[in-house]
Amino acid sequence: MTRTEIRIGGLGGQGVILSGIILGKAASIYDGLNATLIQAFGPEARGSACSAQVTIADDPVDYPYVLNPDILVVMSPDAYTQFAPSLKPGGMLLYEEELVHIKELPEGVRAYGIGATRIAEELGRRLVLNIVMVGFFVGVTGIVSVGAAEKALLSSVPKGTESLNLNAFRRGFEHGRSLVGAA
Amino acid sequence: MSEAIQDDQDLSGMPMMDNPVMPYLRQERIPHIWCPGCGIGTTVNCFTRAIEEAASDLDKLAIVSGIGCTGRVAGYLNLDSFHTTHGRAIPFATGLKLSNPELSVVVYSGDGDLFAIGGNHFMHAARRNMDLLVVCVNNFTYGMTGGQVAPTTPIGATQTTMPYGNFENPASLPFLADAAGATFVARWTVYHVRQLTRCFKEALGKKGFRFIEILAPCPTLFLRRNRLGDGVDMVRTYKEKSVLRNGADTKEVGLGLTGEIVVGTFVDRERPTWLESMNDHFGKVFGDRYSRYGG
Amino acid sequence: MTADPKGVLTGIHFLDGDHAACEGALAAGCRFVAGYPITPSTEVVERFAQRIPLVGGLFIQMEDELAASIAILGGAWGGKKVMTVTSGPGLSLMMEHLGLAYITETPCVFIDVQRGGPSTGLPTLPAQADMMQVKWGSHGDYEIIALSPNSPQECFDLTIRAFNLTEQWRVPVFLMMDEVVGHMTERVVIPEASAIEITERRWTAKAPGTYRPYDVGADRVPEMTKAGDGHRIHVTGLTHDERGWPCMTPKQQDKLIRRLSGKIRDNADALTDIREEGCEDADVVVVSYGITSRVASAAVLRARAAGLKVGHARLVVTWPFPAARIAALASKCKAMVVPELNLGQMVHEVRLAVNGRIPVLLVDHAGGTVHDPQVILDRIQEAAR
Repeated sequence: MTRTEIRIGGLGGQGVILSGIILGKAASIYDGLNATLIQAFGPEARGSACSAQVTIADDPVDYPYVLNPDILVVMSPDAYTQFAPSLKPGGMLLYEEELVHIKELPEGVRAYGIGATRIAEELGRRLVLNIVMVGFFVGVTGIVSVGAAEKALLSSVPKGTESLNLNAFRRGFEHGRSLVGAA
Repeated sequence: MSEAIQDDQDLSGMPMMDNPVMPYLRQERIPHIWCPGCGIGTTVNCFTRAIEEAASDLDKLAIVSGIGCTGRVAGYLNLDSFHTTHGRAIPFATGLKLSNPELSVVVYSGDGDLFAIGGNHFMHAARRNMDLLVVCVNNFTYGMTGGQVAPTTPIGATQTTMPYGNFENPASLPFLADAAGATFVARWTVYHVRQLTRCFKEALGKKGFRFIEILAPCPTLFLRRNRLGDGVDMVRTYKEKSVLRNGADTKEVGLGLTGEIVVGTFVDRERPTWLESMNDHFGKVFGDRYSRYGG
Repeated sequence: MTADPKGVLTGIHFLDGDHAACEGALAAGCRFVAGYPITPSTEVVERFAQRIPLVGGLFIQMEDELAASIAILGGAWGGKKVMTVTSGPGLSLMMEHLGLAYITETPCVFIDVQRGGPSTGLPTLPAQADMMQVKWGSHGDYEIIALSPNSPQECFDLTIRAFNLTEQWRVPVFLMMDEVVGHMTERVVIPEASAIEITERRWTAKAPGTYRPYDVGADRVPEMTKAGDGHRIHVTGLTHDERGWPCMTPKQQDKLIRRLSGKIRDNADALTDIREEGCEDADVVVVSYGITSRVASAAVLRARAAGLKVGHARLVVTWPFPAARIAALASKCKAMVVPELNLGQMVHEVRLAVNGRIPVLLVDHAGGTVHDPQVILDRIQEAAR
């Protein structure tokens, strides 16, 4: 039985929850796995700390929360400060390298950075930063398939923004693949 | 006094007077619980005459009451009738009307029920222009529980919970109804049986949130305690003190313990009901994809 | 009969429990919802408000929970299948109309997305501390049916069942969600309408003049009509006779209240739905419900990995309490462990059923999050000794 626990952290308005939805959908609807998404956000609607917890497993997910993630994705310095200490030893950190500056890492943690904001700006919409991160996640981890992730993405974004989001996803994905040395 | 009145007496064998309102009543449930000299029965009499004259489809006329002496009206009328919880006749009636829009729904209750515990619902149903006729029998007191101060009790009147005389400002019900957006607002007393019957008939023929206040004596708990005589004395007072002023500014129709009683139709205007507004709005939003709710 | 396709969003979705419950209501034929916003339940009515105009029905946001909980009763007597949705403080305000719904035998579904209390408590965080309130919070003797989903899929499935049960028994049915289940997103499979069984209202076929609203047959459930059908019914919260007329005598009180409670109490076994796993030869049985059942599953797996013989009995129907089945389980094991997100509520029912024959260990929690599975595991190990 494999079970991967993921936490995605950032600020409200960055699309943290949507990132979780796309990964959860990809796993549970298109890849035939099980996924549970838990969202937590502060009382303010925007601008406060926001995080999504996604558990992806072969078997049905019992305990629903992510306490010590196998993979931590951070899009803001606060999320890094708050959640990095909870990473499992040997876990993985994926971070927005222009916003988050890595200091010490817990033992055995592998860290991969991406200039997701810059890529999003190059594509013309800073808002797709979260989609670049989702692509990056898929490229580095391979936990969900590219096909499933793209289907989940297309069924989750507003009509008319599909190609922009798909480009964002692919830019992130390719960068991720290049970092892990995949062919 | 509590609700400990036994209603299971079998009086079906007793001879009944041949009264024209009888077909509109559940005759086996008569005699009613109201005291001698109480004004509620007179209002019911006028209501039944109005539905007779209006030739209403009685199968499509539903009546909803709350709790209290007037709250018992629903149980005596031979209509689909609902005796709900204290203060909540209006939201029940709202659900009934919206669920089955072909019904004509009348809320019939007392001043304490509609304006103390139920005041919030009155305000919002009027604001929404819910298609209901709301009838308030105002006897200035809590009758069923034994004569406590009501939101309508005039300053100076003695009540069991205002034993030294009421010092709280009473609500003026037509003013409240008007301010909240009612499309029809009228006041009569139980002296004005012909006018009241006409008023019921007129209001039944209109749509939107319609409100009729009816002043009625509570001889047992309000008149006697305030040395205002008996029911007949009060009807005489209504006759002497009433001033007909149709279209009166509702700011000017407040009531005191003594003094003039302004009666008439104060407000009569049209605005779309909640359901009409919803249907029109969704028609614009969804176009042909939307089927009007309730036809 | 089967579901009206207009309300059924057939497909595989990724939904949270609140949204899934709304889809369950639409699939079940609910066409009238009155609500009042309250965290963490609001998403249910938000989705209903969005979906209902094109399904054909109506949502109204009332001025408070008192109004919402009685507007639905008016809606039911107008002929619709009805529901309201609330949490915490709103549930407290609805208690009087739970009683009115019960004594008037008005079919209706209440969804309670439980949050930490008392009072305003923890609006955005979970608890299971309303379990006794729904059963005992309205005055007088009454019964309800309560269902406890542990996933968004079950929020969909059990909402449909809630509507079917309320139509079958004419008793208020509660869906006892909690903040975690309400806000947790998972795969939800919504079948074709033709695969969803729906219980229709027990409409009377009797002609006006012969129908009496509270005449009953062997199952003690009366046939129903609606306002406008010519029966000139009277419906009252007062103790009433078969005609629906007030009849306030000790004799009629006894007759009515015993009939109303009997139709549920005497059918508790038929209503029981316990998912048992590994209970046959278990030394310890964990009894759980709702979100806590998933946490308990994690603890049970660890206990078995450590060599303990542990069974798990999950209550899907929490009220009426399945006392007979719990007693039967207690006759075969050495101890029971009851984890719940409160300081001890359903554990009292377990203890009543067990009647002192074996130890029943509570794993309490004041709410705000779920248990740490380790805490449940510790108690399982203690029970096994």
